[in-house]
Amino acid sequence: MSCYLYAVVPGPGRPSVEGLRGVGGATVSTVLEGDLVGVVSEVPDHEFDERALRAQLEDLTRLEAMARAHHGVVDTLADHATVLPLRLATVYRDHQRVREVLRERREEFAAVLASVDGRMEWGVKVYAVPSAPATSTPATSTPASASTASTSCASSAGESSSSRPVSGRAYLEQRLRLRRERDSGRRRAEEMSRRVDAELRGLAEDARHHRPQDPRLSGARGENVLNAAYLVPRSRGDEFSARVREFGVGESAVRVELTGPWAPYSFAAVESVEEREPSR
Amino acid sequence: MTEPALASREIALVDLLDRLLAGGVVITGDLTLSIADVDLVRVSLNALITSVKADMATPWDR
Repeated sequence: MSCYLYAVVPGPGRPSVEGLRGVGGATVSTVLEGDLVGVVSEVPDHEFDERALRAQLEDLTRLEAMARAHHGVVDTLADHATVLPLRLATVYRDHQRVREVLRERREEFAAVLASVDGRMEWGVKVYAVPSAPATSTPATSTPASASTASTSCASSAGESSSSRPVSGRAYLEQRLRLRRERDSGRRRAEEMSRRVDAELRGLAEDARHHRPQDPRLSGARGENVLNAAYLVPRSRGDEFSARVREFGVGESAVRVELTGPWAPYSFAAVESVEEREPSR
Repeated sequence: MTEPALASREIALVDLLDRLLAGGVVITGDLTLSIADVDLVRVSLNALITSVKADMATPWDR
């Protein structure tokens, strides 16, 4: 058996993992080394060698099961303690190897644990929402995705309007109008994103931008123009989330979404400290 | 925090993967995801979602 490492937590006052289940339903346990604790469970070697792991990543059902199991452990820990989550699928041969890593990287772990202590992560996404089609517009000609759908959209619009002929010129004019609306909606969403980000950075201690989400993956309507994470003291979580919910009220072309609170995943990158944006 | 179990169920996979693949402490394990592996996940997801959507009658009418 190999040893899947979910997170590192401080040894003093460490949370109980009793009854907690991890990847593959395995019992979660702890490995103590000095003043740090690694939270682990056993995973079968044959599912966690290089080739098997690749196969797991390509299988959405198995990937999702692993991701949710990983998050389930981290999220439960975060309810009770400061937690440093690891990237998905960090696996060691045995407990001894986990101890070695905790010992070798003690300073880095301790520094990042201190920086996230008493704080949680909130996710904020801003979308440009395509306006509702005009009354004469066939519904199929309104793309759900501005950037990725144009080719298939054009063909599907052409096919679906065959029952109600539209002249080539009228069709092109309509496409042009839709594009202008989309561009102006996008500009509005980008302006809003800058405003949201600037204000939320003022409430947060740190911020990170993730890649905008592909609408095909998220299933969300509209184009994701901001996908940000903010590190916020637990005591200010209510204030932060209330402020986020106010953005976008009364806006038809822009949608603002809030997720969280999360364990500080986006602020736990010890290896890319130089990439971190200044915290004001 | 409130009802962690309920919250976990409602979390979108794509939000989760933003954090589990692009975030989290990256340390060298005896087995670790490489950048190539992380990109592989995105490619796999894209391919999968695209094929699912292609089966739908009006994929962009949402």
